[in-house]
Amino acid sequence: MKLQHLVSTTDLTREQAIAILDTAIEMSKVNQREIKKLPVLRGKTVVNLFYEDSTRTRVSFEVAEKRLSADVVNVSAKGSSVSKGESLKDTVQTLAAISADIVVMRHGSSGAAQYLAESGWFEGAVINAGDGTHEHPTQALLDAYTLRSRIFGDKTGTGLDGLNIAIVGDIAHSRVARSNLHLLKTLGAKVHLIGPPTLLPKALAVQATTSHFNFDEAIEEIKFDAVMMLRIQSERMNAAFFPSESEYSKFWGLTKSRFTRIGDALVMHPGPMNRGLEIESIAADSPNSTVLEQVKNGVSTRMSVLYHLNAAEGDLS
Amino acid sequence: MSFTLKNVQLEDGRITNVSVDGQHISQVGSDQHGEIIDATGLVLLPGFVDLHTHLRQPGFEKSETVSSGSAAAAVGGYTAVHPMANTMPVADNAGVVEQIQRLGEEAGLVEVQPIGAVTVGLNGSMLAELGTMNASKANVTIFSDDGKCVSDPQLMRRALTYVKAFNGVIAQHAQEPRLTENSQMNEGSVSAELGLAGWPAVAEESIIARDIMLAELTGSRLHVCHVSTAGSVEQIRLGKARGVQVTAEVTPHHLLLTEDLARSYDPVFKVNPPLRTQNDVEALRAALIDGTIDVIGTDHAPHPIESKECEWNNAAFGMLGLETAYSIAQLVLIDSGLSNWSRLAQVLSIKPADISGLTGQGQQIVAGAMANLVLVDPASVTKVTGGGQSLSENQPYLGMELPGQVVHTIFRGSFTVRDGILNGRA
Repeated sequence: MKLQHLVSTTDLTREQAIAILDTAIEMSKVNQREIKKLPVLRGKTVVNLFYEDSTRTRVSFEVAEKRLSADVVNVSAKGSSVSKGESLKDTVQTLAAISADIVVMRHGSSGAAQYLAESGWFEGAVINAGDGTHEHPTQALLDAYTLRSRIFGDKTGTGLDGLNIAIVGDIAHSRVARSNLHLLKTLGAKVHLIGPPTLLPKALAVQATTSHFNFDEAIEEIKFDAVMMLRIQSERMNAAFFPSESEYSKFWGLTKSRFTRIGDALVMHPGPMNRGLEIESIAADSPNSTVLEQVKNGVSTRMSVLYHLNAAEGDLS
Repeated sequence: MSFTLKNVQLEDGRITNVSVDGQHISQVGSDQHGEIIDATGLVLLPGFVDLHTHLRQPGFEKSETVSSGSAAAAVGGYTAVHPMANTMPVADNAGVVEQIQRLGEEAGLVEVQPIGAVTVGLNGSMLAELGTMNASKANVTIFSDDGKCVSDPQLMRRALTYVKAFNGVIAQHAQEPRLTENSQMNEGSVSAELGLAGWPAVAEESIIARDIMLAELTGSRLHVCHVSTAGSVEQIRLGKARGVQVTAEVTPHHLLLTEDLARSYDPVFKVNPPLRTQNDVEALRAALIDGTIDVIGTDHAPHPIESKECEWNNAAFGMLGLETAYSIAQLVLIDSGLSNWSRLAQVLSIKPADISGLTGQGQQIVAGAMANLVLVDPASVTKVTGGGQSLSENQPYLGMELPGQVVHTIFRGSFTVRDGILNGRA
C-alpha cells in the first residue's frame, strides 16, 4: 500500500487505515529502543509548514520525521516570508524548488491541504496537520491507534468493530471530530455525537450512529467504550453558542458525576485540555485517561503515515 | 450602414428579413436592401441588457476596465450593461458615474448605464446624493450598494421613499450581515462536512421579506439582486401577489451550478450569494419561467488570478458571466422545452431595459426601433475555454459544453460582433 497524500480520513479505506495502525505498532517498538532511529526517510527533506501556532502537533511530527532520518525544515508563519504576505502558491513553489519531498501543513483555512495536494504546485506528498475546521487526519489515526491498543493490545489486522465511541463538545468547529467520525466509522466503530444544539450540525449528526443534546441521557442509554472530549475554544464563548462556561460544564462537561457513570470507558482528549470546563481533573488524571498515551502514540502513528507515504510497494520488514 | 438580415427567425417563430438603415430598423418583411447577410438558422432578439455588471473601473483596472468589460458584454450578445457602484472611488457621486458613462461611450461597444451607490462609500450609514446622480449626465435610475446589503431598515426605508422623486429603484443585495459573518459557502450538509462557515438561506430571505414590506409601505420600486434560494422565490411570489412593486433577478450561475462544486475547494466556485442546492436551482428555474423572477443579471465579477488561486477562505467572491449568460438562458428556457424565445427576450432584454428605463434598448423588432440586436445560433455548441474578452480568468464553466452561440451583436445599427468575432469599434 502506498498513499499519495493524506488530507482527509475519508481518503482511507479500511485496509489502508488498518495497515497504518499495524505499522504504527512496529514504530512504537522502535520508539522503545535505545537508538530510536530508522533509515526510512534518509536523504528526504520534510517541511513542516505551519500557518497556525501549534506545539504538540508540530513537535510530534518533527520527532517522527527525525526518527525516520529525514532532513527536517520547520517553517512557521511567524518569522518567514509568509508573514510578509507571500501566497501559499509562492511559498509552496519555493519549497518545491529546493526539492522538498513531503510537506506537512497546518493551515487556518479549511481545504487548504486538499487544494495544495490538487494544485500541481508541488509534486511531493502533502500531509494535512489540521486545516481550519475541516480535518486533522493524523489526530484521528493516533486516536484510533490508542483505542485499539488499549482494547485489543498489539493485535494486528483488526479494526474497532462494534465499539461505542462518544465524541462530546464543539462538533461544529472541530477538525478532530470530523476526522474521527469518518475514520472510526471506516474501522467499524459506532460513533455517537454529543453536544449543545448550537455546536452539533445536523449534517454531521446524521452521519453518526446516534446524536444527543443530552449527555446524561446518552450515558444512560449507551455503554460507551470510550468518551472523547473536545476542547472548547475561547472564541466560542463570546459568540452565543452557549451562555457561560459553568453552564457548558454543567451540561456537557465530563464532571466527576458523569465520570463515575461512564464506568470503565476510556477518557480521551486531543489536548490541550481546559480542566474544569470540558473535563475535570478526576477524569483527566484517572487510569482510564489516555491523554498522555495519545501524545506518545502520535509519534508512532505519524512515523507510520510518513512511512506509508514514502514506501514502495510492500511491507515494512 | 445599411444591411438586411435575410431569413432570420423572430421570437414568435416567423422567418423573415429585417433591414437596418443607420441606427434603426427600417423594415421587417420581404424587402431586401443594402448588404445582404444570410441569417438562416439564426434567431434575432433585442440586444441583451445586463442589470448587474462589475466593470471594476475606476480602481481595479487589472481585473477589468469599462472597455474590456464592454467587449465581453458585446461578445455575450449585450448592447447595454449596468456597472455596479463598488469601484474605487465608489460610484456614489455625479463625478464618478459620469466618468464611467464617458468611458463607456469611448469604448463604444455597448451602452454603459452606471448604477449609483445608495450610501456614501457603501458604508451603509449615510445616503449618497441620489438626486444629483439622477440629474447628472449619467441619468442614474438604479441605486445599489451591491456587494453589501443596505441592512439598516430605517436607511432602506428612506432610500426607497426618496427615489420616488424621480421614479428610481433600489436594487438590494439581500444579505443579513450578522447571520453571514465570515461566511464562505451555502450553509447546509456540504458546509458542515467541508468545515466552511455557512451562509444560511434565511439571511437572504429575511432581508427580502423585510424589503418587500418596506416597498409596500412606501409604494416604491424594489429590485432584488441575485436571488439564490427557493425561499426567496416564495417571498417574491407573495410580494407580487400583494401588488408590491418588486422585481427580481437571478444569475446564470445560480441557474446551473450547485454547492457541491465547493468540494474541490477551488475558489473559482466561491461567489456571493453562494452556490446553493439542486432544489434551489430548480426553484429558480421555475420562477424564471413563470415570471416570479423577472430578469437574468450576470453579476459578472472579474478578479485577478492571485485572488482566486489561493486558499478558499482567503479568496475573493465572484465569477465571470457576460460571455456565457446567453447559453445558460437557452439551456434553461429553450432546450428544456419549458419556455420560449419570447420569454428569453423578456428576461435578457425587454424587462431589464424596462426596469432601468433605458429607451432604445429592449424594444420589439419593428420598423423604427433602435437597432440594438443580437443574433444567436441555438443549434451550435460552445465549449468554454479561457481567454475571453474579460481581463480576468475566473471562469467557472471552463471545459464545459454549453448550448448555443452568439453570432452577431448589433449596437445602434453597427456590428460590434460579427460571426462571433469582436469588431472593435464598429
